[in-house]
Amino acid sequence: MAAAKAASATQKRAAGARLRTVRVTVRLKPGVLDAQGQAIKKGLDALGYGGVAALRAGRYYEIDMPDAPDLEARVRAMCEGLLANTLIEEFRYDVD
Amino acid sequence: MTIGIVVFPGSNCDADTYHVLRDVLSQDARYVWHRETSLDGLDAVILPGGFSYGDYLRAGAIASTSPVVRALRGYAAAGRPVLGICNGFQTLVETRLLPGALLLNAAGEFRCRYVRIRVERTDTPFTCALREGEVLRIPIAHGEGRYYLTDQELARMIVERQIAFRYCDAAGHATLEANPNGAIDNIAGVASVSGTVLGLMPHPERASEAIVGSADGLRILESVVQWIRTRPAREGATPRRAAAVPAVPAASSEGR
Repeated sequence: MAAAKAASATQKRAAGARLRTVRVTVRLKPGVLDAQGQAIKKGLDALGYGGVAALRAGRYYEIDMPDAPDLEARVRAMCEGLLANTLIEEFRYDVD
Repeated sequence: MTIGIVVFPGSNCDADTYHVLRDVLSQDARYVWHRETSLDGLDAVILPGGFSYGDYLRAGAIASTSPVVRALRGYAAAGRPVLGICNGFQTLVETRLLPGALLLNAAGEFRCRYVRIRVERTDTPFTCALREGEVLRIPIAHGEGRYYLTDQELARMIVERQIAFRYCDAAGHATLEANPNGAIDNIAGVASVSGTVLGLMPHPERASEAIVGSADGLRILESVVQWIRTRPAREGATPRRAAAVPAVPAASSEGR
């Protein structure tokens, strides 16, 4: 994937096709124990940030890729194929 | 007989596995670099423990995209024996050669200690020298070992006899206390339906000589040697063996 480093969305050009920035968030499906989120919440508690009722951990990706009619289909395939393990994780994305 | 040990950037149990195969079991072994694209000539392939690609993304996820794993899919589809240990097991589930997923331990911490596992299935290349129900004492060392899959998938897995090992206590009971990571149904190792692909979280190669505290793990690696010896090379899949495989009369597998 031709990722332009540190370029703003308006500056990006790749062989004529405008680069779009896709922002993907992956997190555990509801019902799957989030041991990492629980540990982070305990850390907040220990620092005195009481009142946090729940905390879920996840991952975030920014992907620059050429615009195309099948852009979203490709993003979904990338999420299902590698970025998320759909057995345990769900993903959402938006495109700039 | 040559057994391949795959080396990914970040593998760290490859040399231990090599040592046990070569120096303890006197078998031929060779390292297979992750960029290699052929597994021809290997009688079995082992994916060793470690932190391939720094465990980036998810443990085993990047390794599942490597050239050698592409070759491994064909190798496994041909019914040839594939063993995944710890990070190798994680790679096999990320590759979908085995069902399920391995999540962060329920306690949220890395666990490094001896556990006991009960042998649930003996008609696989990696358990054929074991007796069903016997208890092995082998160490674990992992942060992401909580085996998980949905209840429906678990039910199907039980029907297909895909559970190879369960965490248990000294008496062989799969109790909550004996489960080091919160794995569903105390699952420590799973096999493909045919049994030729097997993954487990405990490290048999770290328990293969009495001097290191236990030699129980050696019997898992002895199994594959026995399997290869007693089967003509390149025979197809469906290794449903008769239960007539003689159990190796190893000294009590427990508490050594």
